[in-house]
Amino acid sequence: MTALPGTVEELRSLVEDVTFPRVREWKESGGKVVGSFPVYAPMELVHAAGMLPVHLFGAGGGVEIEGADSRIQSFVCSIARSTLELGLRGNLQPFDGFVFTNICDVARNLSGVWTRNFRDRMVEYLHLPQNVGSGAAVDFMVRELRRLLASLEQVSGRTVSEDDLRRSVAVFEENRRLARELSRIRAESPWLIPAHEAYLLLRAGGLMPKEEHTTLLRKALADVASRPSRPMDRVRILLVGSFCEQPPIALLRAVEDAGCYVVDDDLALGLRFIERPVVADGDPLRSLAAAFVGGAANSSVCHTVRPKTEWLLERAKALRVDGVLFCTAKFCEPALYDYVPYKEVLDRAGVPSLHVEFEEKMNAFDQAKTQVETFVESVLFEEA
Amino acid sequence: MAVTAQAVPTDLGKTLQRDMLATYYGALETANEDGVPVAYLFIPGNIVELTRTFGFLPVYPEINALQCGIKKVAGENIVRAEDLGYSSDVCGYVKNDIGLMLKDRQSPFGRIPKPDLLVCNYSGCNTFIKWFEGLAHFYGAEMFLLDIPYIRGRGATESDVAYVVAQLEELIDVCERRTGVTFSEAKLRETLEYSRQAEDLWVEILNLARERPSPFDSYFEAVFYMAPINILRGTPETVEYYRQVLREMKSRVGEGHGPVPEEKFRVVIEGPPPWPHFRAFWELFKRWGVVAVASTYSKVGGLYDQGLRHDPSRPLESIAEYAMNSYTNWNLPMRADLLRRYVETYDADALVIHSVKSCRSFSVGQADFREEFVNELGIPTLMVESDLADPRYFQEAQLRNRIDAFFESLQQRRLTGAVA
Repeated sequence: MTALPGTVEELRSLVEDVTFPRVREWKESGGKVVGSFPVYAPMELVHAAGMLPVHLFGAGGGVEIEGADSRIQSFVCSIARSTLELGLRGNLQPFDGFVFTNICDVARNLSGVWTRNFRDRMVEYLHLPQNVGSGAAVDFMVRELRRLLASLEQVSGRTVSEDDLRRSVAVFEENRRLARELSRIRAESPWLIPAHEAYLLLRAGGLMPKEEHTTLLRKALADVASRPSRPMDRVRILLVGSFCEQPPIALLRAVEDAGCYVVDDDLALGLRFIERPVVADGDPLRSLAAAFVGGAANSSVCHTVRPKTEWLLERAKALRVDGVLFCTAKFCEPALYDYVPYKEVLDRAGVPSLHVEFEEKMNAFDQAKTQVETFVESVLFEEA
Repeated sequence: MAVTAQAVPTDLGKTLQRDMLATYYGALETANEDGVPVAYLFIPGNIVELTRTFGFLPVYPEINALQCGIKKVAGENIVRAEDLGYSSDVCGYVKNDIGLMLKDRQSPFGRIPKPDLLVCNYSGCNTFIKWFEGLAHFYGAEMFLLDIPYIRGRGATESDVAYVVAQLEELIDVCERRTGVTFSEAKLRETLEYSRQAEDLWVEILNLARERPSPFDSYFEAVFYMAPINILRGTPETVEYYRQVLREMKSRVGEGHGPVPEEKFRVVIEGPPPWPHFRAFWELFKRWGVVAVASTYSKVGGLYDQGLRHDPSRPLESIAEYAMNSYTNWNLPMRADLLRRYVETYDADALVIHSVKSCRSFSVGQADFREEFVNELGIPTLMVESDLADPRYFQEAQLRNRIDAFFESLQQRRLTGAVA
């Protein structure tokens, strides 16, 4: 076993390595692997089937788009194109299956593109219920989970019992509990852990065995609490819009260096998508379904009965933020639609906001940094 | 034969649908003032028969967008929405709708009423959700999201249908609450019967494109003929309309009359048309004697030709099945298979894909199955890009070059094939 990556640099190289070293390691020791395309998939099921659940997040600019270019048009987001590119280049050879969901039209159709291009692998499309106010939503999702589980059992060659599922739900719940704890610390004392570091910690959880990541999180929490860092004169920012494709780490650093504490964000949201604690005492699939229907994180990819704008205002208020940074991927329709009503309610409530757009291939960050610096100055000026 | 032919005026189908749309838009103009409830719906897989039974007038923002496209005002509407903050990379239909809203809903075909209820029939398009969430925000209107599962595997399952039916029952409660009208199953059955009759006739018309020459263009003309079934489905007028169009088409068949002077190439077309440049786009094909004998866009309102029907004897179940089986709610392998079957059954020479930026639901996957058509099935396939609403994406010279080169090579292939 490789030692736990401890430093930020180690985490960064793990996250940016498009050859998936930890995944290959798992595969070489005889295990099976199932990857999910963002945002959320119930990876507890993959875990319960004894396989390694991996969260795919594109290539982060780590590959040239060649083969995928003839299969997906140029007006589609980087993550859809680069994830396919990884598959076509053989980087995803260790994967035995892939799960897609209805987060947007691109992801949904991608399931079909993958079905054709990776005929020897399991490709599942999971329909996450969107009418979360309906009395029929949980039952529907239970059936979807059962269907997915049957596919996973076939891939793993092993029958999954309710106890297996309960154990996996508990493993994931403990992991999310620690992630929530980390979020709480960040919101209260953002000087203790920079956002990009918290992000790397979280992202690593999609690339290694869950139990190992839980140990890593525990270690990190202890380490963070004992840091001697002192608060600096920075503005408190909520980052919104990066729930699927991930901004370059250099962009996150640029935002922080420009004078921001990113006190909360929706980066790699799928790894902590269920915000309500999940207790699998009865039927574990029903617990998972109910947790999704009633306790999913707010994002542009799931409909909510209550307007999302209310959530945003409450969140901004609870976190006492000085501003909101919309950090959206180029061509990301869900985020780009929500941006307009979000901005409108923030304007009305007097909360400053800034919109920064990114792409995986982005490699110059000076302009973004200047933009954020100007924003920070104007926020400080307003408050003075 | 000649007598029958003379009895049917040319382009009756197009003239009639234009009049029907004018009447429809006329009724919309005063709906808010007259206190008539208005439900906004999307075209694919909608449940208009149900809202009709409660007296809701339907408004279809997609139809308004395409009409604005044809009337050449979509461009300015889109710019207005972009000024509000909508990205240049999101759907032009949505932006057209927002642009209309910002202009007090004044369109070239009359004033569009505000929604009393937004029924988001989430079938085949995720953007629908974002679109109506936006409208719910700006209008302060109630939104009901009808979650329609995307097809996994080869078709809608019984449990999927039951899931949609359960939500339809919840929607009935919402409609009763909003209108004060008690649900009448008898009325719903009556409405569904009109839908079913129109659907039967429409399929009969579509099948006539198997004739040589095809009596009509199943893309550039069918988009007009499909308007009544998409907009006014569930009414006796619509049944009568298709009766008349069927007569017109049969008479064209009798005369050997088609949409071009000489039918040289028969194609299947995939993807929505570029509405702001509809005529110009059609001309690029007409000059080669190209006729679309089947298209997927003419099925966005329903894959009736695949056996799908509204059924008064199974009211909610058949509505649910209809809702699930909209073209873009089919997965890509099913879509590609349908295209292949169209090429075969309509005896087409080629497949033409019009890929539009606005609609990723249509577009993502097209480039991929093009590979399958060309490399595995040996079907000549042309793929061109522009947009359905945004006039800025239509590059006529570039499109002309691509289209000319494609049909030139088809022609060449035909000539050398004949020699060999």
